[in-house]
Amino acid sequence: MRIALLGLGSVGRGIVRTILAKDLDITVTGLADSRSGIIDAGGIDLLAALARKEEGGPCGRPDVSPADVVAKAEYDVLVEVTPTNVETAEPALGHMRAALRRHKHVVTSNKGPIAIAYPELRALAAANGVFLKYEATVCGAIPLIHAIQEGLAGNTISRLSGVFNGTCNYILTRMAAEGLTYEQALAEARELGYAEADPTYDVEGIDAAIKLVILANTVLDMHATLDDVERTGITLLTPDALQLAEDQDCTIRLIGEIIPGAGVLRVSPRIIPKAHPLVVEGTLNAVTVEADLAGDLTFIGKGAGSIETASAVIGDLLAIRERHVQGS
Amino acid sequence: MKLEMKDRPGQLVAALKPISAVGGNIIAVIHQRETPAATETLDVQIVLELPEGRLDNLLELLREQGVSVVRIGEERLLYECTLIMIGHLMHTDLSDTVDSIDRTGSAEVTGLSLVMPAINAPSSARITIRSTTRTEMAKAIRILRGVAERKSLLIIEPLEGA
Repeated sequence: MRIALLGLGSVGRGIVRTILAKDLDITVTGLADSRSGIIDAGGIDLLAALARKEEGGPCGRPDVSPADVVAKAEYDVLVEVTPTNVETAEPALGHMRAALRRHKHVVTSNKGPIAIAYPELRALAAANGVFLKYEATVCGAIPLIHAIQEGLAGNTISRLSGVFNGTCNYILTRMAAEGLTYEQALAEARELGYAEADPTYDVEGIDAAIKLVILANTVLDMHATLDDVERTGITLLTPDALQLAEDQDCTIRLIGEIIPGAGVLRVSPRIIPKAHPLVVEGTLNAVTVEADLAGDLTFIGKGAGSIETASAVIGDLLAIRERHVQGS
Repeated sequence: MKLEMKDRPGQLVAALKPISAVGGNIIAVIHQRETPAATETLDVQIVLELPEGRLDNLLELLREQGVSVVRIGEERLLYECTLIMIGHLMHTDLSDTVDSIDRTGSAEVTGLSLVMPAINAPSSARITIRSTTRTEMAKAIRILRGVAERKSLLIIEPLEGA
């Protein structure tokens, strides 16, 4: 199978390292970061490209743009793993449209295009007879979308709730365990690389809300936008509040919740018994799906990370190959 | 509730069985033989907890057993919900916040733990609300959310069903 890879950040490098390390029979014929690109129908020397990137340089030639890679390279699947833009979803959205129009499958970890333009992209994929897959957009390594779409096919989901943001979960875990203030726990999370310099996107619950929108629109048959999510972040939480919860064998976690029947889409800090399966430590993610036939299922795993997110992308790629890609 | 039944062996058990059948929980059974011995009936008082909406079902089952219900006492507040509030709770009139729930008549604040760390720093409180029904509880929480919005307080609700 031939792929074109857009994005050589944490997720992109995880994919490249996985392809190098495992015999997956995946050939990269197009590769681009934000500044450069390479097209090579015979297969790009990934080790050399990775080395250039890790030395701080561009991965390829400055006169080859990501758009060139999308339009000109010969590939079966476009793998789009550039950073999320929640406002416009660009430039990723344009690249995905262009690839789908060329009858190429698309696999992405980019939340922007799926949250903003899923119905359009799905229709475009269907019209061109190709697949659009996005497992990596929600909860990193946890195969939640596969589980709901395939494993739980035929079930009606009455509620879906969970810990969708590892940064917030880390901060709350540390506040509860050590009695740290929000600011202290955030500083610690930054030091460990779990929080961005500007943590707004995580701590205000925006990241979790986007994941709810993606799940609502793609697997729960709802028609939601980010504005439909009732959202409260964790910035005002106090160590006292966590202690008050602790006194009752409970704790506080940032929970994303969807109740399809009631139209509820909500991200907010919630009191939850410490023994509840959604109370996971550190940066882990956890999601409980309440299904009519299967009953309650809880998925726990790594919601971020280079190789972990690559796992979800590779899973999508191999699922496409299994069904659709013939030959190389 | 106060029950009247025939003074015969097995009657008390017959009266208690339907309670567990409808998912109820018996808290106390008071069985006194002070009534005139001439009557052939026995008065029994039972204190019990029942899931919401099961009372009619229970009454029907008791009638089938030949037990008549003399009196049903006051329904107590059985639904409990604990929330945490964060913000300037005292400066925004905590007793008014509590009153907003108590005024409903169908829900009331039955517990409050307040932590005030430093002057001008936001305080945190755990508040326990009890109500007669789930619907009344949802209403009480809705009211509290409205008050919190007006007073810029953060309300942390429990994850329902957790």
